[in-house]
Amino acid sequence: MIGLRAARDPSRRRVTLVIAVTVLAVWIASALFAGLLAPFSPSAQLPRLKFADPSVHHLFGTDGFGRDVFSRVIAGARPVLTIAPLAVLLATVAGTVLGLITGYFGGLTDSIAMKILQSFAILPPLFPAVLAVALLGRSTTVLVVVLGFAFTPLITWTVRSATLVEREKQFVEAARLRGESTAYILGREILPNIAGSIIVESTVRLADAVFSIATLAFIGLGAAPGSPDWGAQVADNRVNLQFAWWTVLFPAVAVASLVISVSLLADVIRERRSA
Amino acid sequence: MSLLTVADLTVAYRSPRSAAAGVVPPAVDGVSFHVDAGETLGLVGESGCGKSTIALAIARSLPPTARVSGRINLGGTDVATLAGASLRQWWRSDFAMVYQEPQSALNPTMRVGAQIAEVLRVKGLDRQAADREAISLLERVAMADPAAIARRYPHQISGGQQQRVVIAMALAIRPQLLVLDEPTTGLDATVEREILQLIADLRAELSAAVLFITHDLGLVERMCERVAVLQAGQIKEHGPVANVLVAPTHEYTRELLACAIPPGRTKHNDAVLRAAVPEIEHVPTAAGSPLLEVSNVVKHYGAVVASDGVRLRIDAGQVVGLVGESGSGKTTLGRIITGLTVPDEGEIRLRGEVIATDLARRRSAVRRSIQMVFQSPDSTLNPRHRVRDVLKRALLKLGGSRTVEQLAASCRLDAQQLGQLTSTLSGGQKQRVAIARAIAGDAALVVCDEPVSALDVSVQATILRLLVELQEHRDVALLFVSHDLAVVRYLSDRIAVMYAGRIVEEGPTEAVLAGPHHPYTAELLAASDHRAMDTGSRPVFSAGGGTARSAGERIGCVFADRCPQRIEGLCATTAPPVRHLDTGLRIECHLDLGPDIDDEVAGEAARI
Amino acid sequence: MGGFLLTLALTSILIFALTNVIPGDVARRILGREASQEAVNAKRAELGLDRSILVQYRSWLGGFLRGDWGKSYTKGEPVRELVLSHLGRSLELGLIAFAVVVPVALGLGLLAGLRNGTRTDRAITVLGLCGTATPEFVSGVLLLILFSVRLNWLPSSARDEYGLKGLVLPVICLVIVCVGYITRMVRASVVATLERPYVRTARLKGITTAALVRRHVLRNSLVVPVTALGVQLRYLIGGLITVELLFNYAGIGSLLLGAAQEKDLPTLQAATMVTGVVIMLTFVLTDAIYAWLDPRVRVGKAR
Repeated sequence: MIGLRAARDPSRRRVTLVIAVTVLAVWIASALFAGLLAPFSPSAQLPRLKFADPSVHHLFGTDGFGRDVFSRVIAGARPVLTIAPLAVLLATVAGTVLGLITGYFGGLTDSIAMKILQSFAILPPLFPAVLAVALLGRSTTVLVVVLGFAFTPLITWTVRSATLVEREKQFVEAARLRGESTAYILGREILPNIAGSIIVESTVRLADAVFSIATLAFIGLGAAPGSPDWGAQVADNRVNLQFAWWTVLFPAVAVASLVISVSLLADVIRERRSA
Repeated sequence: MSLLTVADLTVAYRSPRSAAAGVVPPAVDGVSFHVDAGETLGLVGESGCGKSTIALAIARSLPPTARVSGRINLGGTDVATLAGASLRQWWRSDFAMVYQEPQSALNPTMRVGAQIAEVLRVKGLDRQAADREAISLLERVAMADPAAIARRYPHQISGGQQQRVVIAMALAIRPQLLVLDEPTTGLDATVEREILQLIADLRAELSAAVLFITHDLGLVERMCERVAVLQAGQIKEHGPVANVLVAPTHEYTRELLACAIPPGRTKHNDAVLRAAVPEIEHVPTAAGSPLLEVSNVVKHYGAVVASDGVRLRIDAGQVVGLVGESGSGKTTLGRIITGLTVPDEGEIRLRGEVIATDLARRRSAVRRSIQMVFQSPDSTLNPRHRVRDVLKRALLKLGGSRTVEQLAASCRLDAQQLGQLTSTLSGGQKQRVAIARAIAGDAALVVCDEPVSALDVSVQATILRLLVELQEHRDVALLFVSHDLAVVRYLSDRIAVMYAGRIVEEGPTEAVLAGPHHPYTAELLAASDHRAMDTGSRPVFSAGGGTARSAGERIGCVFADRCPQRIEGLCATTAPPVRHLDTGLRIECHLDLGPDIDDEVAGEAARI
Repeated sequence: MGGFLLTLALTSILIFALTNVIPGDVARRILGREASQEAVNAKRAELGLDRSILVQYRSWLGGFLRGDWGKSYTKGEPVRELVLSHLGRSLELGLIAFAVVVPVALGLGLLAGLRNGTRTDRAITVLGLCGTATPEFVSGVLLLILFSVRLNWLPSSARDEYGLKGLVLPVICLVIVCVGYITRMVRASVVATLERPYVRTARLKGITTAALVRRHVLRNSLVVPVTALGVQLRYLIGGLITVELLFNYAGIGSLLLGAAQEKDLPTLQAATMVTGVVIMLTFVLTDAIYAWLDPRVRVGKAR
């Protein structure tokens, strides 16, 4: 019979969770211990081995400069896993503060803030980032700040919505009757109850951040040139697609695997909360 | 030969978690009963006892995780074995169910008439015939202007009207078995009375077997011939209503009956209460020094009038009950007094001094004097806090001198609960914490907004008794807001009756109950009366529940539209005078209800 | 309506502000480092860059509203034709993608929701998530490897000479990203609707499963995902930058990217503004559809 909730098969969900966590762990390890894990230096060139097919010595083959693709892929984890968490942290802090304030006070502040957020929202994602990086130059700081600001509106929106709901709850009114300060109400009454939503949203934004960083790198606006960004690797080797597909495939799959595993993680967290 | 026979029905929910936890008791455990054609069996028990599960099991509408065993036989058909097309056929012609919360039982994107017609079309009628029959069914359920209602969407009609639609859908099936699962929970008292009357009239026509599920023993008495009492999935007692409710044999039934406050009792003659809390001789404060005075309070929400020139006075240590239906403005008034809602106009005086209407502007001493106990136990406490923290914070901010343990003990909370997260407590326990929180300091007035409405009947009585005990012990004044007149008359010293934003009657409890009554008070009293229903004519009500009205309409009496005793040409056009009767009652009405003690004074004044 | 206009106005300020924070001198950048100071000053005056920022903004906004979008710094052509022609090509791509996404996502989401908890549902959900999570350039590159390099079925770029065949891969790319998200939204909505009491009421009337889904589940489940469609269009447009770059398609995305990299302000400003307007219009449209679908919004209280 349709629709009536069939028994949830938890073992299936666990499998996806395990895969996601494993993949994520692999990339985190790569970011932290690139030096130990990569068999070659990512920039070491072996001119006689240009475009070598994948083999036992070079698991992912070599590129046009004779560089070991495997090592470059491992090294590529670091830039992305440095910038993404920082940007999301910035966005979470800023978004939570803004969301709490606009959600709790409402009124004119809220309307104005919402209008401003909305005007950001009608620009397609990445536009502000593209503009900013193109105009301000490529650097880690720029990326962190730009992405942080780009994600702030979304987190603000989530926090604001959750705050609106909590604000109407009777325990908040009881706090007002006690004469509690606004800071207390926001921090001790409301925030603990919305923390879960914030975590879910932040994890989703983390996946988004990795997505954006890789895409920006692809279109030539990643971190400083020369850094082994996966996106940049794909872009640089696009022309070699016909005869050296490995130079493109592996970095591309690396990006996809990281974004997917973080997204799966976010999904699992969300389901756990609503269970 | 009974029409419906249920034998050894057992329902257990299978889930991976329960499998791991060991043996979990089934939701329904070996239940057997029978219902004859034309008979109504009441299935009564507290929340969680499994009565709804039984209904859904019979309806064959349980989730796949439920394991059902036992026999269900309706008119010769073994219901448990039906499936697919034969099950659908059975639903089409033999079975109908009416649930609580009619709002969610109706498809919000489909017109009401179409939803009724759907039942008929599936039985074989063509579109036009089905539409016409749907309209005539709406007429049968006493809906005014059925053709117009049929074209409306569910959100455009009131709760009472929605339930009539659901009943019409059930009628359309002409079932052999009708299951009613708490059909009037959530409806106002007067609407409830109409719906129950409707059900009583219709079941006579249908000669179906009726299963009436409820937690309210009063309803069982009113509507059923036989009753079965359920606890934790098992039937503890069953038999004719007269026997079971008057002379119960099982201990649980006795408990249920004892716990509930016998109708008509007040705190003065409640034996159970007075055994624990001897009555203190209450010294009335001198008139003219009230604790709280509210005057000319006006509050509009857009076009809706919540308060229309309200006047109220509460003396120290007094319990004032504020009663009215949804939309009457009683909650708004309570919130205005606490400062949570700011009125458009009006003045509030505490011990003679004018205080700010906005909570944020009140001095802390004023704020501490007026506290509140809220309605919904689930949202009244922060689920992330522990009980101990809640009480500690309250003692700190409200200037209480007791310790956390003492405060908890006074509300019958034990030490073990102090360390728990509030989300793990039961409804009754949560309300105790909420009450403890409100009286932690030296509040002079506590506004209680429907504090027991969301609780089980047996728990209600305990909380009410606790409130009385605390109130008398600490000499706190209470403003007890409720839609339930029975509860209000139990605890209050004075009662104020509210309708559409005005207090239409007010006075000492005995005087309000004895009469003469404002016509609305009379209606409320009749609705809360638990005697058996009389078979009378069925009047057609055009206004469903909810008494809120739009601004700008008020010229005459607010109750004029609904009043069965209205005087044509007078009540709708002229504001009613305020009469002060010698019993202490203040009534706003054109009717001549008794000698007005002010008449003599006015007469004297006129002569001078 | 007024709210939307206000938002657009704020966006225009935002765009103008963002594009004017370039460090350095625009005129000098155009003319090159060796140009003389007089030439640079003359160029600045010619471009109107010597006026105050507010005057510049007003003049730009006025021009924009009148249809005069200036001339490209780098290409010299009038910006309006440039932007509109590129926009047209992008819209073509986007609308085809959308036309594929909507029925596919609705169908899959409905299926997953109705079969909620089963293997089918799980598969659809996970695949949907993978789709959303895969950046366009990744899926694009993988598709290219498969269809263009290995199998040689489809051309590797979408330039005009390849005609419709050239559009297939870019469309699939865009579709993959959007379908996942909308499918999951629809599924969540269907699951929530199935748990509603009125679905039980309807089932207990004895109607067929098909009628149940059609009349009671479908309409009520679609209300929320419709707004998701509006949000998705925005992501789709965002994806255009990457897809157009990857497949050499002369759409608004690649125009924007080029203008940003070359600091071609008029083109950049106009293109961004136009994109913002298009997205705003889709929001307005989805709001209207939402209101039409939900009688509670459309008809309101009638007591």
